[in-house]
Amino acid sequence: MNLTGIAAFIIIVVTAGLMLLFTFLHRRYPPAWRDIPAFTRLRRAVGLSVEDGTRLHFSLGRSSLAAPSSAASFAALSLLHKSAELTMVGDRPPVVSSGDSTLTILTQDTLHSAYQTAGAGSQYDPLSAQLTGLTPFSYAAGAIPLIRDKAVSGNVIMGHFGPEIILLTDAAERANTFTVAAAADLPAQAVLYASAQNPLIGEELFASGAYFNAGPMHHASLRVQDILRWLIVASLIGGAIAKLAGLL
Amino acid sequence: MKLRGVFSTAIAISTGVFVLLGALIPTDILVDFRILLLQWAVLVAGFAVLVGIINLLVVHLAKIRAKSGSGYSLLLALSLLASLVIAIFSTPQGTGSRILFDGIIQPVEATLMALMSISLLYASMRLLRHRAGLLSIVFIATAIILLLGAAPLPFGEVGILHYIISPFIEQVPAAAGARGILIGVALGTLTTGLRVLFGADRPFGGK
Repeated sequence: MNLTGIAAFIIIVVTAGLMLLFTFLHRRYPPAWRDIPAFTRLRRAVGLSVEDGTRLHFSLGRSSLAAPSSAASFAALSLLHKSAELTMVGDRPPVVSSGDSTLTILTQDTLHSAYQTAGAGSQYDPLSAQLTGLTPFSYAAGAIPLIRDKAVSGNVIMGHFGPEIILLTDAAERANTFTVAAAADLPAQAVLYASAQNPLIGEELFASGAYFNAGPMHHASLRVQDILRWLIVASLIGGAIAKLAGLL
Repeated sequence: MKLRGVFSTAIAISTGVFVLLGALIPTDILVDFRILLLQWAVLVAGFAVLVGIINLLVVHLAKIRAKSGSGYSLLLALSLLASLVIAIFSTPQGTGSRILFDGIIQPVEATLMALMSISLLYASMRLLRHRAGLLSIVFIATAIILLLGAAPLPFGEVGILHYIISPFIEQVPAAAGARGILIGVALGTLTTGLRVLFGADRPFGGK
């Protein structure tokens, strides 16, 4: 194993250890997170969709599960599972669009599992998770009719996207519906900042599970992210000082 | 969790662990096993494309039956079948497929790309109405400066923008911000991957 491999191995083991530790300490030391307005508004939108008999539309991007960008899709799937559980009691369960076939299959499984958790497995409709296109623009073009559907009161656009995300946020703006949007890619984040009502920037996308109480491991992983971030900040500053002092 | 859930979780976790170990500890057995698993993943992904296209077709057939697709669903289903027939008879590299790609798919994608540019311009104009604040002003000012620094202007380059301000913005604040965001995304990716390995996130039929 080379030096990079050893460093990666240590980081993964330490992160895994800390995540397990904070999961066990979750009840004893409950975390308190800063307010992220987009999540607060999304929680309200979930409740409103149940009350007024409308549905939420989730658009999960176009990342293949075998690609490194799939982590954003997994984070979005956790949020979908939790939201689907909450909206199951409503007249219209959520509808999901995606731009990759493996992601569509996993989305169907996630929705089915959420229905089963809520004790309504027989009501699950496989067509509520749709593959709308296999290229970035065909995916966006196929998802726009779902956004413009009169029964849709809110959109959660979250996952791996490129600049084509503007077509989705623009359609949501024109439909005058509530929208939360997040992407793991830098160009898409810049586009979201300019176009989305409620953009989530950077790692906020990966905090969705913790903010929606998807389980103690989600809270633990957010704590570990904070710790690792401070360690990186400290090592960057330490490295800069050492370089200035001529030690490196 | 039912037996199916336990089974799929066990397979997913063990596969993830073997692929991770194969990447970190490059012994012959682990690397060979990792490559085998990744080849299987490619096969499964290829079959998933077929499943996805069937899903797309079924969704639109349902819309045609419910008469809620306003003609677009019928057009999509017919185009899909026509493309399939053309690709089968002319092969994916044949003249028919090339005409289909160059004559329809490429122009449509280019049109959407142009539409995207207009939408971006419109969105930046709306930004101050949505979120009037210092950050929005900085965002728009930066975009204008970089655009003026990079665009071929009729009266020539604006020297201070092209040679000093634009490179400084790109190399110092923009690069620093981008790296900060990427570090955050990388940490989120790491913890998300570990949650899947621990079985806390089970989108594959468990939780």
